[in-house]
Parts: sequence; C-alpha cells; structure tokens
Amino acid sequence: MGTIAFTLNGKSTSLDVDGRRRLLWVLRGELGLTGTKYGCGESQCGACTVVVNGEPVRSCQVTMADVQGKDVVTVEGLARDGRLHPLQEQFIEHGSMQCGFCTSGMLMSAYGLLLRIPHPTREQIVAGMDDNLCRCANHKRIVEAIEAAAGGR
Amino acid sequence: MGTTDFEDRTAGEDGGPFTLSRRKFLGLAGAGIVICFTVGDWGLLEAQERRRDYPADFNAYLRIGEDGRVTVYSGKVELGQGVITALAQMAAEELGVALESIDMVMGDTRSCPYDMGTFGSMSVRFFGPALRGAAAEARAVLVELAAERLAVPKEQLGVENGVVFVTRDRARHVSFGELAKGRAIERHLTGKPALRPVASWTRAGRPERRTDARAKATGEAKYAGDIRLPGMLYARVLRPPAHGARLVRVDTSAAAAMAGVTVFDRDGLVAVLAADPEKAGEALGAVKADFDVPPAAVDEGTIFDHLVASAPAPQDVQRQGDVAAGERAATVTFEHRYENGYGAHAPIETHTALAEVADGRATVWISTQTPFANQQEVAQALGLAPEAVRVVTPFVGGGFGGKSGSALQAVHAAKLSKALGRPVQVAWTRAEEFHHDAFRPAAVVTVKSGTNAAGRIVLWDCKVYSAGARSAEQLYDVPNNLVRTYGNWYRDSGGQHTLGTGPWRAPGANINVFARESQVDVMAARAKKDPLAFRLDNATEPRLRAVLAAAAERFRWTAGAAPSGRGCGIACGVDAGSYVAMCAEVAVDKATGRIRVKRIVCAQDMGQVVNPDGAVMQMEGCIAMGLGYALTETLRFKGGTVLDRGFDTYELPRFSGMPAIDCVLVKNDAIAPQGGGEPAIVPVGAAIANAVFDATGARVFRMPMTPDLVRQAIAGQATRD
Repeated sequence: MGTIAFTLNGKSTSLDVDGRRRLLWVLRGELGLTGTKYGCGESQCGACTVVVNGEPVRSCQVTMADVQGKDVVTVEGLARDGRLHPLQEQFIEHGSMQCGFCTSGMLMSAYGLLLRIPHPTREQIVAGMDDNLCRCANHKRIVEAIEAAAGGR
Repeated sequence: MGTTDFEDRTAGEDGGPFTLSRRKFLGLAGAGIVICFTVGDWGLLEAQERRRDYPADFNAYLRIGEDGRVTVYSGKVELGQGVITALAQMAAEELGVALESIDMVMGDTRSCPYDMGTFGSMSVRFFGPALRGAAAEARAVLVELAAERLAVPKEQLGVENGVVFVTRDRARHVSFGELAKGRAIERHLTGKPALRPVASWTRAGRPERRTDARAKATGEAKYAGDIRLPGMLYARVLRPPAHGARLVRVDTSAAAAMAGVTVFDRDGLVAVLAADPEKAGEALGAVKADFDVPPAAVDEGTIFDHLVASAPAPQDVQRQGDVAAGERAATVTFEHRYENGYGAHAPIETHTALAEVADGRATVWISTQTPFANQQEVAQALGLAPEAVRVVTPFVGGGFGGKSGSALQAVHAAKLSKALGRPVQVAWTRAEEFHHDAFRPAAVVTVKSGTNAAGRIVLWDCKVYSAGARSAEQLYDVPNNLVRTYGNWYRDSGGQHTLGTGPWRAPGANINVFARESQVDVMAARAKKDPLAFRLDNATEPRLRAVLAAAAERFRWTAGAAPSGRGCGIACGVDAGSYVAMCAEVAVDKATGRIRVKRIVCAQDMGQVVNPDGAVMQMEGCIAMGLGYALTETLRFKGGTVLDRGFDTYELPRFSGMPAIDCVLVKNDAIAPQGGGEPAIVPVGAAIANAVFDATGARVFRMPMTPDLVRQAIAGQATRD
C-alpha cells in the first residue's frame, strides 16, 4: 500500500491503495465512479477508456502507480459546471448509443481524439475510434456525433 | 454440459405465476389511479404468440401519480433496442400527456407484472397494444372524473398534456395529478378500448430521441455491475476448460491462505471471494484443479457433416403441391448446401449479477432478458418460494438473445450470498462470457430448386438442419414447395452440439434467408435475368414487392443479369411481421479474397411506426451487426473447448468496416406496429453474397464469407470456366 495522489476530474485526489491495482477497478470500487466499464480486461474493446494527461488509455491496463501525479478524466468529468460536453450533447442528439455499455469508452476515446485533432476528417475519426467496439453496431451515429461535436467547436 | 434448452427453460413459466396478490400489487402502486389489464381479454395476441405461451395474466399496469407523473410498469427490459422510449410514446399518446412526464419501470419482478421475456421483436408488437389499451382506459376514467369535478358533460372536455379542460372555456381545467390526488381507483378494463387512430397521433409516430440518452452519455446509467452494497464481495467461479469436463481434484489451500480471501467449495461450485475483483481474480489463479476433458469429436470444420449425420427426424414447415411434380415441371434444377458456423453474442456487458440474500429473502440485480424466469430459477436454487425472490433488471448492456433464459451468474451469486451472509457480485470475465455463451448453433440448409422455361420457380425442396423454421417459409409463389426442419436452434436433439446453444438475434433466420436468397440468385443468374426482376416475376405479395421496389429505388439499382462486375446484390425477407429488402454494393479484392462492403440500402415495412428514429436505429444496428455474421464471426472450437475467448480472435464489426448505410421506412399505416429489432439483420448475409457473385462470378455458400472462402470460390470459378 502507498498513497497515490492524482487529479481526478479536476479535483485533487489521494488514496491509500496498492500501486499495482488497475485504475479501472479502483475507479469503479473505492472511488465509486461506475461510468467506466469493464468489457474485456485485455485492452481489446475500449469500454474502460479514460483520458490520462490528455491521452486516451485503457484503464483495465493502467496501474494506480501509473497515474501518480497525473491528470485523469473519466466520463463523469466530461460535463463541467453542470454543462454537458459537446460530445455528450451530440451523442444524445444523434442517438449515438443503444445499450450504452460502450458509450463511456466511446466518449472518452473521442474526447482524447479531439484533444489531439480538434477538427478530424471522417477517416481520422474512424482510425481513432477503430479499437472501440460497439456490439449494438451504432457506429454510424457515433461517427456523426463526433463530427458534429468537432464541427460545432 | 453447457447445452441450454431455451424452450424448456421458459415453458415452466407459462401463464404465470403472477406472484403478487392483487392487494399487494395495489399497495406497491400507492396512491393514484391504477389500471390493471389483461392481454388475453382483448384477443390482441396473434395465434403465433399463443403458441409461444405469452402470458395471459396481468401484463402491465400504469399509475397516474399525485404529482401528475405517469409511471409505466413493464416486464419488458431495455437492452439498447429502445423500447424504454417507444413504449413511453405509446402510453403518452393514448393518455394525452407529454412524453417527458412518463417514468418507465422495467423488469422488476416486485413491481412489474409477469412477462415471458424481452426477445423476438415483441415489445412494441405485443406488449404495445396492451399498454395502449390501458392508457386509453386511464384517460377515459380521468375524463369521467373531470366531468364530475368541473360539472360539465364529458363530451365537452378535451385533454392535452395531462390537463382536462372545457373545450369552449380553457380556463376551466383540472390536471391528471389533481384528479388522482388522494384517490386509489381501481378499474378493470372490459371490452376493447378505443385506441387513437394513427392519423391523429401526436406523441407516437414522430421521431423521438432516446429517453435514456442523457443517463448513458453521462455515465449515470446503472447496470447490474454498477450496484454497490455495503460489505459486498466479488466472486470468481472455477471454470472447466471445456464443456463436458469433469472436475477430478481441486486444491484451494493456497487461495484460502491469502489475506482477505474466502473460499467456497460445495456441491460442485468452487468459488473464491474478496472485497475487490482483482483480489478475487488473483485468488482464483491460486486454485489448482485437474479436470477430465472428454475427447473432441467435432470442430468448426467437421460440424456441418456432423449436423446432417446426427439430425433428428424432420418436421414439415410447409408442404404445398408435390416436389416430384415440381421436378418434372422444371427445365433446370439446382442443388446447393449452405452453412453457417457457431456465433457468439458477445455483448460488451458480460453476464453479471449482484445478490443479497438474508432472512429468507433474496434481491438479485441481473443483466438479463428474462427476469421472471430468473426469479424462478434463483428461488429454486435457494429453496425459497418465488415470492421471496425479487429480481431487478437495471439497464442491460446488450443481449441479442444471449441473456435469455438461465442466468447462471445469478444462481451462483445467490448461493454464495446465502452461504456467506453478505451481498455477492458475480461478473463474468470476457473469457467466461465466450465459454458460457449459448451460441447461435452451427447450421446447414440444403435447397433443391427448379425453374421452368418461363423463368418461374416450380420446385423448392428445402431442408434446414439445426436452425429451425424461422424465415424458412417460402416467400415466393412456388407451386411445389416443401420446407422441412431437422432439429431446431433451441434444442439439441442429442449429441449434436458440444457447446451451449440458444437464440441469437433473429434465431435461425439469418442462415435460412442466406440460403433462400442465394439460391434464388443462382436461378436468376442461370436464367440470365436481373435478380430484382426475377424476384418480382416470382412474387405477388404486395408488401414484399413494395420493399423490393423501395430498396431498389433508393439504391439506384441498375437492371442487369449477374455477374455484371459491378458488385451489387439484392435480398429480401420477412421476419417478426416486417418485410425487408436490402441492396448491397461490395468491392472484392480477388487476390486476397477480402470483401469490402461499400454501401447498404435497406427498406422496411413494419406497419405503423411508433418511433421512426428508433426504428431506423434498429435497422442500422441490424445491418452493421449483420456484417459480423456475414464476414468475420465464427467460433472456433474443438469438442467442448471454446478456442475463441476474446475479441483478439473473434472479430466483431468495427468502424473501419462500416459501409454507407441508408434506411427507408416504407409507410404502411394500415397495419399495427410489427417487429423492429431483428428483421433488418436477416437479409444481410444474402445481400452481400449476391453482391460478391455480381462482382466476381463466384458464389460463397458458407458464412462467414472469409477471405479464404472467397479465394477458394474464385479459384473454383476459374477452374469451371
């Protein structure tokens, strides 16, 4: 055990936890942020994606020691001051979710993508999102929402 | 053995039991107007539905709260298909309230009436009319109450947004909430209520955004694995390496020695529990176990011959005319065999349950399509009466048929919770999800068909092995037609499957439509006829012709015999009461065999459409999910051992594989709403196979149409030429 201090959704956070534990399970357990989902635990589906220091990462692979001193954003941190992020607004507007289980990961991958490329082409969106799986197969609307969010900035 | 018998699992629930007493039912509802309704009263169920034993007990109720909000209770659940919105629209329409004033409570066995399960594209089709009837009756009751309150004949009253008003003097009004306040009025429906005609719909029939969108876009939506209870433990269960394997010996001592780990080993259930899932996973890794694995008799290559060889006796699906006469009438006959391997459901949310068992009662949160069946199952496992078990269904992270019937994870969680006296979560890992899936069974369909000199189909002799009858019925006007099934997707007749099998989105229909629509294309090509024209020449059903015409028009279909080199294919089908036609355009890399689907147009006649946006969303999802079964998805296995255990080798459709998708709703307000969750997936494989033939002149008879199969088909074509 040791103290891990990091920024979580804009707030300083520190907790005593084994540094080898995975961020996904600490978020969902100790920190009560269940918006981030387990889909495979192998970095193959993207459902657990969060953004660390501006990069989308699979929280099932990231250890708590990895996030020491870093800035972590989860789906719960996308809205600021009660206002939804444009990506969230456009996901709602376009109906870019069905069962919703991949949605948090989709949003966080898209958030990371737009941090890197604020105005991506459709090809860049497809390439950036390709490792996120959606079994309801709502891909078309997810792409449309990301395009709209990027265009509306 | 992991074989699941879907039909038998649900058959025990037929017609109830509805476990709440009427008094308790009303007590739970609290104050307000309660409308109880029985589906059976109205004769709203089709004969087909009765055969499926849809319950005739209380099916749902709705409550007008003192605050004017309307709560709709439904045994149906929301797994992404959007009925949380469509059902609310139907209730809002008949009641005359805003969609926003409706709260949906779904899949909670304590407060919702019995429902067989959410599958078969039945929620809007069969539950919908019942709900509409209840809402219409509630509105009638409220108007009567308002007439008394306002001292005005009810004929002079109007209803808008939950307010009853005097039509000539709108200042005189009373709200539903005011009318309901302090009153608990119960009223049975007698006779068929007058439903609002589709022409006057204002809440239903217009595109609505999903009402669950915000919760899902903010991470607030709760799934079974998101429920947290004080003192809860996370369990991992010891799994055999293969179906049919027998545990010979197990040593849990190393796991038991780990701090914070509890070991459970009783009656064949070996589990380890800890306060976080990672610790439980570590502990499971420390369990040493030896299994006897039976020898593997079949694999993904030999399964097709095995299914034919081990088939049970046939059952007639359709028998018209005489196939011997058809053979005589035919100038050309065609005989082909179509195949499809096992398919996984692979929902992104794995099977999950949280159970809290204490004081002879159990509450279980389950990711399930069949909460009431699971209530019985858990009660039986715990030795409790069903009334002592409450199943709560939070949002379900995808089902596709794979969360129907038995919920083994809930049984395990409940047993462990009972034994340990603490809440226990069991959430399958991805590997467990693959291992324990009730797969879409591998299937074979053979067709012998024939045409006469006029290009009419005069012979159809179809045998379906292990896929069942769904969508196997003849669509075309064939005088000598025989369709028989040899086994079904829901029942292993004995020794057919080494893995669990069960329903998969439009069970059996995808291979049946692949076979029929491929075979029709084979005949059209031999006749050197345009595939669309050949279909229209052989079909008189107006709804079928209408969707074919609509798809062709939107696609800008150019008439011509295949193979034209353009890479365009067409296919059609009927499923869950809806007609669909689909055109696909593909490019085939002849060197690699890789198929790229460039665009798909789908036209669907689903009768009246409650939520056009939701309907199109389902069509889009069907098409994109269909790409998987058509192109990449097949489970590799050896005997009872599932070889694909992750998304690294079992390939789901991805963003990069998406074609342009264009959906057309063919207006047909003359008939009630039909199924929407499955129909558009049934023609995907055939539309693509026919497009591949048009591009290359080579036909692929097995799905998924992998690059290897495409290359082999092209090579075979070259040899024949």
